Formats: sequence, structure tokens, C-alpha cells
Amino acid sequence: MKRVALYAAALGIVIFAGFPFYWMLVTSFKQNRDLYVGASDLSHIPWIFNDPPTLDHVKLLLGQTDFPRWVLNTLVVVVAVVVITVAVAVPAGYSLARLVGRWGERMGIGIFFTYLIPPTLLFVPFSRLISLLGLQDSLGALILIYPTMTIPFCTWLVMGFLRSVPWEIEEQAMIDGYSRLAVILKVAPRLIVPGILTVVVFSFTLVLQEFVYALTFISSVNKMTVSLGVPIALVRGDVYHWGALMAAALFTSIPLAIVYNAFIDRFIQGFTMGAVKG
Amino acid sequence: MTRVLPPRRTFADREDLLGAVMLGPALAYVILLVGVPFAFAIVLGFSNATAGSLSFGWAGLDNYVAILGDPIFLRALRNSVVVTVGSQVLVVVLATAAAQVFRATFRGKRFARFVLLLPWAVPVSLAAIAWTWIFDSTFSVINWTLKAAGLLHGWLYWLGDPALALFAIIIVQAWRIFPFATVIVLAGLSSIPQEIVEAAIVDGAGFWRRLFRVELPLLLPVVAVAVLFGVVYTATDLGVVYILTGGGPANTTHVLPTLAFQRGILGADLGQGAAIAVFLLPFLIVVAIGMLRLAHRTEVGGAR
Repeated sequence: MKRVALYAAALGIVIFAGFPFYWMLVTSFKQNRDLYVGASDLSHIPWIFNDPPTLDHVKLLLGQTDFPRWVLNTLVVVVAVVVITVAVAVPAGYSLARLVGRWGERMGIGIFFTYLIPPTLLFVPFSRLISLLGLQDSLGALILIYPTMTIPFCTWLVMGFLRSVPWEIEEQAMIDGYSRLAVILKVAPRLIVPGILTVVVFSFTLVLQEFVYALTFISSVNKMTVSLGVPIALVRGDVYHWGALMAAALFTSIPLAIVYNAFIDRFIQGFTMGAVKG
Repeated sequence: MTRVLPPRRTFADREDLLGAVMLGPALAYVILLVGVPFAFAIVLGFSNATAGSLSFGWAGLDNYVAILGDPIFLRALRNSVVVTVGSQVLVVVLATAAAQVFRATFRGKRFARFVLLLPWAVPVSLAAIAWTWIFDSTFSVINWTLKAAGLLHGWLYWLGDPALALFAIIIVQAWRIFPFATVIVLAGLSSIPQEIVEAAIVDGAGFWRRLFRVELPLLLPVVAVAVLFGVVYTATDLGVVYILTGGGPANTTHVLPTLAFQRGILGADLGQGAAIAVFLLPFLIVVAIGMLRLAHRTEVGGAR
């Protein structure tokens, strides 16, 4: 009886969480005449393929829309933001964990708090700043602004990660005659590699997910990122290309979900540091 | 840590200098591109700045007087509170239940976990467009299913009716955030000392008693973390409402971020947009205080 309740609850959760994705999948490959049947027609079951699946929507998405262009734009922004974040946040995290001592922890919390200041509070002043810098409607605006979201969280992640790395290795290197700087340049990088990987993944997922700043700064269709272009620009006038839209949503979600599945525990450590001991 | 080290003289051995140099860029980025704009956001609220010109005049409380007398703004403020509270209540219930499920072992758990994480991994804007399609006025699969099950006789215009649209927004926000909360609660569950749970079992506590008397009180700090992040994510989110309803029908479903965007960016009235966004601050202050308390508590407890 208890097992039945468990499986029923698990099934309920899976259905609630996964149903929109099933719906994306079905919509992406349905023929239009199977897709656009009003929901008041009870004889037509929308949950299944009533006609054979088709690749028409995928072909439309890849061949006749700007989707490939958006993927390219997104990759450009991802690479730039990852490079900036790693270059800035990793040394900062190391510094907070190992160098600046007791007030480093307070400062770490302070930096982390800026992560809580949301884009929706900052987009108004940023729109002014971006036009002053002449960056409006360019990927440069996103590359400049996105690190404001990745740096605080990643600094915190690296700091927390280093706390779990024993200090003895670095200490031994110093006893062996390395200077403090040499330890940082030659010994520490090897120790931080898993932390850096987490930073890369976090920055990557954040760029793929961000919508508010992209909506504020980018207006040309060919400069859009995936998360902006798909919901905003795949609509032709009043006509939604639901098949292509859902295919785009599906293709973007799957790689992200796989990455999340692999890195979830590391992210969670960042969020719960302090509240969960150990 | 005790250090048996030679005395340091050069730059290469000065920890304080090295620390400052390595921290500098991050600090500069955060101060220049978060701190300063944050202050500017508040100043803008008292100005008559517009997107078209570079002029910048002091407007005193004009923007605040204007928005506080504006029924659309008051409605947006109320919607923000309703959506945030409503979705977080759902999130806590769902996440506590889901965490109990995922603590057990069962067949297909890996797959279930993968599916559970999907709503959190998918970009907000893409999830919102998928839900827009699910709630479509003509093709809504929800309506079909309800009708086929005999539960619905009329018709539900999900995004066309103000109350239903708000309900839809709450559902989507809860859907989007509960996986994150579940994982956090799970992390908390695994940190509860096994002896305490076993002691409760030995004392004859059943499942519910154990859950409400033993585990939930111990879980409170983690649930609090989940809720605090949930509040930030929901109260400050623009994507879901912007894509699902665009604030419609007739401006009845705006939340603070979408209204700030409409006035400040689309309407080019930066001053008013900033003033509206400032009303997000109370949400954030509550969260910040909550976080600090949690951080303080663990510090006093001497965990680290």
C-alpha cells in the first residue's frame, strides 16, 4: 500500500513537471491538420499523433527562420561571458577563501547579496548606460551586463568550493620554497579545476536562460539570442508557428537539462551554503 | 591554521596585497555595474528622465504621486503580492511532498529526477511560450482534457479572463520553481542526523508525526532558503507575465516588473519605470534580512 502511494506521488510529480515538455515534443512533430483541431472537438485526441509525425516544423525552424543565427549569437555571448566570469570570479573566490582573512567572509556575503538584486530593478538605469556607451542593439551590451549576474554567484561558488579543498597542499608547496604568488599560479589552478568547471556551466546556463536584459537591449531580429528570439520573433504578425516554436523550445531545453542533471549538486551547494551544514 | 613559513617581504609573499589585487576586478565590476546602477535606479525614480533625451531634471515625488494614484499600478502591486505568495505556498507544499518521494528508492528514479529538473533548466521565456500554447484560447489541451473527463461544461479562456490568467501565472511560477525548492529540501533532509530520525521511530512516531514533529522543524532553515530564493525569482520575474499575458487583458494582470518595463522602456518614461521598480525593494529587503539571519544563525552555531 505504501509503495502504491509512493509510485502514485512520483507519477503525479513527473506528470506535472514534464507535461509541458511532452506537449512541446508532440507539437513539434505533428502535422498542421492534426495540430490545429479545436479543443472542443472531443473525438480528436490531442495527446497522441492522429496522423504520422512530420519534420516540416523542424525544417521551417532551421531553414526559414533566424533560429540558426540566434544559436550563433548565443554561443558568441556564452563564450565571452564565460571568459570574463572565469577571469574575474575565480581569482576573487580564491582571494576570499585564502588571502583576505576574516573580513573576507563578510565581503563574500556582501558580493553574494548583489546576486539578489534583480535585472528588473536594474534594466531602467542600464538602458540609459547602454545608450550612453553606444552599445544599444548589440551583443556587446549583453557581454558587458551578463557578468553582473554571473560574477557574484560564481565568486561565492569558488569560495565555498575552496573551503572544501584542504589547505595542506598549498602549505606544503610554500614550505618547499614556493612564494605565495607561485603557489597561486602553479599549484592552486590544479586544485580549483572542478570549481572552474562549475563556474563555466553556471555562466553557460545563465546566458541561455536570460531574457530581461536581452529584451531591453536588443531590438533587431538578427542580433537576438535564442531565449529572446524564439518567443518574440517567431511570431509572424498574429500567426504563431507553434510547431516550429515548440521545436525550438525543445531543442534548447534538452541540452540544458542534461547539463543541469550533471551539475545540480554543485549549484545547490552554492545556494544552501550556511543553511545546510557539511 | 598554523604556518611554519619564512618571513614575507616581497610582493609575491604579501597575502594582503595579493588578496586585494585578485579581489579587485570582481569588486570593481560589482560596484560599477551593480552598485552604481542600483543607486541610479533609485535616483531616476525622482527624475523626469526619458529615453529620448539626455536631459535629467529633478521631479521630486512626482513619479510616486503619479503611480500611487494610478489604478493600473495598484493592481500590479497587488498582483505581485498575490502571485508571489500564492506560488510560494504551492512551492512549499509541492517541494516537501516531492522531497519525501525522492528520498525513497523506487524504479525509474533517475528518469523521474531528470524530468523533475526540466522546469528549472528550461529558459523562462521558452517555458512561458510553451504554457501560452497550453493555455491557448482555441486549442488548450487542458480544456480538452477537462471536457473529455466530464469536468468542464463551458469553456475556460485561460489568458483572456483576469482571474483565470492570474491563476495561470501562479501555476506557471510554482511549476518553474518547485524543482529547485525540492532539491534544496532534499539537501536539507540528507543533513538531518540519522540518529534523530531513528530515535523518533523507536519512540513509535509514524510517518506524519515524524514529518511534522521531527523533520519539518529541523528542515525549517533549508525550506526558508528555498522560499527566499523563490520570492526573489517570482517577485522580480518579468518573462512569465510578459509572454503569457503581456499584462492583459486590459492591464489587469501586470506585475511590477512588466509594468516598469512597459512604462520605462516601451513608454520611454525612465523616471516612472524606475519608480515602479523601486516597489520591488520591500520583497528584496525581506529576503536579505532572512538570509542574513540564517547566515548569522549558522555562524553562531559554529558550523564552519
